[in-house]
Amino acid sequence: MSLALALKTRDVSDLPGKRHEDWRWTDLRGLIRVLPEPSAPASGDLRAGPFDALAGRVLTIANGRDEQVLSVGPGETAAVALRIVGRGDGAHAAGVRIDVAEGGRLTLLESYEGEGGYVAQTSLAIQLAAGASAERIVLAEEGPDAVSVSHAEVRLAPGASFAQTALVSGARRQRIETRVAHPGGHAALRLDGVYLLADKRHADLTTVVTHEGLDGATEQLTKGVVRDQARGVFQGRIVVAEGADRTDARMGHHALILSDRAEVDAKPELEIYADDVSCAHGNTVGALDEDALFYARQRGMPEADARALLTEAFIGEVIDRIAHEGAREIVRAWAAERLRA
Amino acid sequence: MLSVQNLHAAVEGKEILKGLSLEVPAGEVHAIMGPNGAGKSTLSYVLTGREGYEVTEGSATLDGEDLLALEPNERAAKGVFLSFQYPLEIPGVPALTFIRTALNAQRKARGEPEVSAPEFLKLVRAKAAELKIDFDMLKRALNVGFSGGEKKRMEILQMAVLSPRFLILDETDSGLDIDALRTVADGVNALRAPDRGMLVITHYQRLLDYIKPDRVHVLSAGRIVASGGPELALELEREGYDKYARAA
Repeated sequence: MSLALALKTRDVSDLPGKRHEDWRWTDLRGLIRVLPEPSAPASGDLRAGPFDALAGRVLTIANGRDEQVLSVGPGETAAVALRIVGRGDGAHAAGVRIDVAEGGRLTLLESYEGEGGYVAQTSLAIQLAAGASAERIVLAEEGPDAVSVSHAEVRLAPGASFAQTALVSGARRQRIETRVAHPGGHAALRLDGVYLLADKRHADLTTVVTHEGLDGATEQLTKGVVRDQARGVFQGRIVVAEGADRTDARMGHHALILSDRAEVDAKPELEIYADDVSCAHGNTVGALDEDALFYARQRGMPEADARALLTEAFIGEVIDRIAHEGAREIVRAWAAERLRA
Repeated sequence: MLSVQNLHAAVEGKEILKGLSLEVPAGEVHAIMGPNGAGKSTLSYVLTGREGYEVTEGSATLDGEDLLALEPNERAAKGVFLSFQYPLEIPGVPALTFIRTALNAQRKARGEPEVSAPEFLKLVRAKAAELKIDFDMLKRALNVGFSGGEKKRMEILQMAVLSPRFLILDETDSGLDIDALRTVADGVNALRAPDRGMLVITHYQRLLDYIKPDRVHVLSAGRIVASGGPELALELEREGYDKYARAA
């Protein structure tokens, strides 16, 4: 049951929906009555991607394509922009396999850029060998009518390190799902997210981390700001398998709701089958602090500026964790523009 | 300078200020003393325009200009500054960023050019040194994890940098030990000027040993019930507020 399958079989009954626990807030079955025709190859100017200037290599996938492979050799350092572009109202799927060999270092600058009412699935398989490291920064800026699901399966070898920050502005339905098989063995994992949603947009950040061995660490921080009639979904599950002792996992999700009709659905879950673990999670959903807002206005800031300052600071905590300086400043500017719009 | 006439104000439908009148001429420091619940904090919030404080009657003007018609930030740009009893924590916003944003917002509202980064830093460095504030502290999120005394010093620092025309100090002495109180009072006294007025709101006389008022007013049950010179504060300290509570 997945969008990938439904696009293959062209059978809407293969779409995930309300009846599936992991999809109940992102119901595709109820939304899509008829799957659109397969997308034609994207035509026209695809313009530049948000991260082109930072990348040594730009891989553009427009309206789906067969599986692409991206390899980083042993000890090699690479910065790659991966652009997933959607155009028109058709349906398409793409797959990308990413392998980082021992000691390799990858900065993956991934963007979802779209215009139209397309239905798109992107599947990524990311594999990090021992001592390899990758930082994945995802910036998803799609149109209000698109349905877009990105699904990444990440496998880490012991001693590898993987850090991710996904920033999304939503779509008709938009989901960034990341599943990580964590081997322990001092592999390090950071999974962060930001959703900034307005109008009737929807975004879903879903993560599943499975700790399979001793001495694994996971750090997660997701923050969202929703207004108008937008809807944000955060699902974070951390599973600590039997024997995965000395796992250290922390998960935080905090959202600001700026209008009465906006909604946030959050489900942080810890499933622990090991004994000696340190796990914590925190989850808050609330309005902007009115006292802080008055304080800033008393000092002279107009209301809109004060709100923007406080919400940017709220989101800034996640953005500050991005290691790649160039990408960090690009997404900071993107967030500021979104929050001041 | 500040002129308050027959001010009535309610919070959640309950009348707190019941016909308060007050004149603070430029160059003077006036103290408002009163028991808990008299309406001291309400007065400071009504003058600065906090939401939820509804003015039902009366007026408040600064140099003839109607304050009550202005947004909180517009009043700030006109030079009204409130030093909060409980300064707010602003997570994620370094103190320097906050103060500079505020200063430039005020300058913009007054049609003045923005202050450049080097000019601003020079100004803040000098003021911070006077107030014995470690400059590194200003790189931290404003007031987050600061002690009570540090927060109050931050209020005075903002006051010194923003250089307001009219200052309202709401229970500035609360939570301060004697050394911090002295530092804060020195900071306030440094701002005394012929064209600047101050309203010092306090429950205790102690603060007035350090910030000497020209006039003292007793606020009880939403009205000024007595006014006098500095000696009135000493009398209150000796005899308490009972007499005035009865008078109200």
